[in-house]
Amino acid sequence: MSRQRTIGEVILDLQNISLSFGGVRALADISFDVRQHEIRAIIGPNGAGKSSMLNVINGVYHPQQGNIVFRGQTRHRMNPTRVAKGGIARTFQNIALFKGMSVLDNIMTGRNTKMKRGLLANALWWGPARNEEIAHRHKVEEVIDFLEIQHIRKTPVGRLPYGLQKRVELARALAAEPEVLLLDEPMAGMNVEEKQDMCRFILDVNDQFGTTIVLIEHDMGVVMDISDRVVVLDYGKKIGDGTPADVMQNQDVIDAYLGTSHQEM
Amino acid sequence: MMETKQIAEGETFPRLLLRHAQVRPKRPAMREKDLGIWQCWSWAETNAEVRQLACGLAALGFRRGMTLAIVGDNRPRLYWAMAATQCLGGIPVPLYQDAPAADMRYVLEDAEIDFAVAEDQEQVDKLFEIKEGLNRISHIIVDDQRGLRHYGQPELHAYARLAEQGAQFDREHPGFFDAEVAAGKAEDTAVILYTSGTTGKPKGVCHSHRAMIATAQTLVDFDGLNEDDNILCYLPLAWIGDFLYSYSQSMLAGLCLNCPESPQTVMTDLREIGPSYYFGPPRIYENILTQVMIRIEDAGWIKRTMFHRFMALARRVGLRILDRKGDVAWHDRLLYAAGELCVYGPLKNVLGLSRLRVAYTGGEAIGPDLFDFYRSIGVNLKQLYGMTETCVTVCMQKSGEVKLDAVGKPMRNVDVRISPEGEVLVRSPGMMQGYFKRPDATLEAIIDGYFHTGDAGFFDEDGHLKIIDRARDVGRMADGSLFAPKYIENKLKFFPFVKEAVAFGDGRDECMAFINIDIEAVGNWAERRGISYSGYTDLAAQIAVYDLITGCVEQANADLARDAKLSGSQIRRFLILHKELDPDDDELTRTRKVRRGFIAEKYAVLIDALYSGKASQYIETQVKFEDGRQGKIAADLRIHDVKPRDVGAAA
Repeated sequence: MSRQRTIGEVILDLQNISLSFGGVRALADISFDVRQHEIRAIIGPNGAGKSSMLNVINGVYHPQQGNIVFRGQTRHRMNPTRVAKGGIARTFQNIALFKGMSVLDNIMTGRNTKMKRGLLANALWWGPARNEEIAHRHKVEEVIDFLEIQHIRKTPVGRLPYGLQKRVELARALAAEPEVLLLDEPMAGMNVEEKQDMCRFILDVNDQFGTTIVLIEHDMGVVMDISDRVVVLDYGKKIGDGTPADVMQNQDVIDAYLGTSHQEM
Repeated sequence: MMETKQIAEGETFPRLLLRHAQVRPKRPAMREKDLGIWQCWSWAETNAEVRQLACGLAALGFRRGMTLAIVGDNRPRLYWAMAATQCLGGIPVPLYQDAPAADMRYVLEDAEIDFAVAEDQEQVDKLFEIKEGLNRISHIIVDDQRGLRHYGQPELHAYARLAEQGAQFDREHPGFFDAEVAAGKAEDTAVILYTSGTTGKPKGVCHSHRAMIATAQTLVDFDGLNEDDNILCYLPLAWIGDFLYSYSQSMLAGLCLNCPESPQTVMTDLREIGPSYYFGPPRIYENILTQVMIRIEDAGWIKRTMFHRFMALARRVGLRILDRKGDVAWHDRLLYAAGELCVYGPLKNVLGLSRLRVAYTGGEAIGPDLFDFYRSIGVNLKQLYGMTETCVTVCMQKSGEVKLDAVGKPMRNVDVRISPEGEVLVRSPGMMQGYFKRPDATLEAIIDGYFHTGDAGFFDEDGHLKIIDRARDVGRMADGSLFAPKYIENKLKFFPFVKEAVAFGDGRDECMAFINIDIEAVGNWAERRGISYSGYTDLAAQIAVYDLITGCVEQANADLARDAKLSGSQIRRFLILHKELDPDDDELTRTRKVRRGFIAEKYAVLIDALYSGKASQYIETQVKFEDGRQGKIAADLRIHDVKPRDVGAAA
């Protein structure tokens, strides 16, 4: 079944981003944009600066130069809380869940930016706080249903296999009803079947909720299959940008991946 | 009871549904867990849903006599689709939802399907794949819309949308629905269920409303089911078991059907619902028991000790208490009551079996340990026997008359005969109308009104039917007595030490057996006794192991000796094979059934040795290792004699 979607306007535009840690140049003058409703992949060898890029979008790192335009607002630096409230959610390369908490509770935390009632009202589970929690729980249950994890709803996350933990992390991000979803290697360490499942979920999220997705991935097969456009980083520089087919033809990209550039020859 | 008695000749499922909607409109008819909450539909609501869908189908052009395929897990909407089809005088054809497209294609073509109700995108994709090049299936109604937003095919209809159209159609054609329901006759085909195609192409078994309703009535009376009962629907819709025990029984007794949240959550849902009636094949009970045992071994020592203590007590007296036999000492009763409080009760609660009144198993032989475990903790687990063609329900065990190796007495109005060849023949009110479009096969299966089951069996002294094997596998010993290899092998395999067994004796005067030990169970046993061994072949050749297995064989013989008809096939000599039987060496099928003929040929020299009375035999065997290499295993196999028991001797 071919997917017919309408890719919209630019929702997130990164302009000339440079980021250094002391003397290490992590990102050098990188620009690319993300359009509404597309699946945008960031690829590149280890240490290329992919995760740094996500952290810049997310406001964890502040770039020394460059601007980030998100939904028409230009900012020099982002701030994680504001980003989350603004509709950007993410998952992490190394799963960052609360291991001792149940799957359900973990996903509930994804709703925290949307909870309005105070500590006391919630502690007493009184009136509006109660109704609010029921509404949030309903949303969370929809996500659980969507990602087909009903059977582990009450299981502590720490007891789950890796592939499922990844799915729970995606669930938590989805619970925030984000407009843009940042996925940091959602398929790392998975077997083929788990990868297929995850691909299906990512495509479904993109289809069903119209969520824009920015993803970092190593599995080239996956990237080529599901993404609309790909940006290629190498040693903090952008060396390619375009549709998967274009990028595959790009000589710089081929060199970077086959390792024939730099020191050899 | 009053009301169920009134169910007269000539009823149909749609009319039963209408009656429930009038008699018990507010009682729950159906539940499904959705978004973490059990949603409930009363009989009145169910009736309204079915009416809407039926009218919607009629608006699409569904007419009397047409077939409608149903593909998916147990969902209320799929059950309603069955009822709606029947309301219009159509025939629902539930399909196995996990069947590959090729198998599904055959059934869709054979059953002349033009309408299909599918659960979700996965099934819709499969149907569209099959549809290519098939000039069928003009309408597909889909329950769960997820992922289907961009499907533009005109054949595809959303269930909710169709129900709306149905409501409109109903308004525009008042009286249509009621007239259709009134036009239904008890002789109409109520459902076509396809038998699994293990032997040749699947065949569609047609059952009339009359047969299904008569059978369900028998069942409801047998266990006294009523509107307070709950059943969890988790077995495939395409299987007669679900159609009979879930759909038909609920239509008769007015009980509530509960649909699990997803196939993976069945155990949790079971616990939340606490059904009062449960049916499952032996492997489901085995899975539950395995989970229990694993978790008990992981538990702290207090719990573990308590569990083992009380289970020992349950094994000793539990069965007799369940069967209300009077010969249990008062202090044992007291202890058992304490056990109920501390172990059995909580255990049943965790497993969702607390409210269970009756549980059934059938389909294959169930192991004694497994059967006794459930019965000893007070779960009234019973066996039944039947097949798709007879609406199952040939024999069932009455509470208090439960035996491990028999399946109970024939049900009300069911006539069971044993042919001179030992085959079980059945005539019952639940007899199928015939195989769909296969008069030849129908004629072969039903002769003079009796259905030929293909199973070999006989009645024991109490009148309980005992099924021993497939009729074509049953042979005769040289003296003419019965030789039922699978029955003998099963007896041996129920010992945890025996992994596989192969019995020989057809046309011979004595019965012999090859045995495969279970390397884990026997290995564990050997370690505890300080017996060292290097691997399977070495362990299998140990004298101590032979003695252990001799004990098992003797017990199996004692069991066989209790039955005059089978005592001739007691095992006289056996040997333990030097290698494990393996599907890679073609000795087992992929489903791990022994290929007796092939094994007899391959190990002819061993069989000769068994029958010639040698004490040992040297053998070399080619084997394939897991990595594909070939190798040889050679061994000098010991052969042990076992003394047969006298006929009728107690164990």
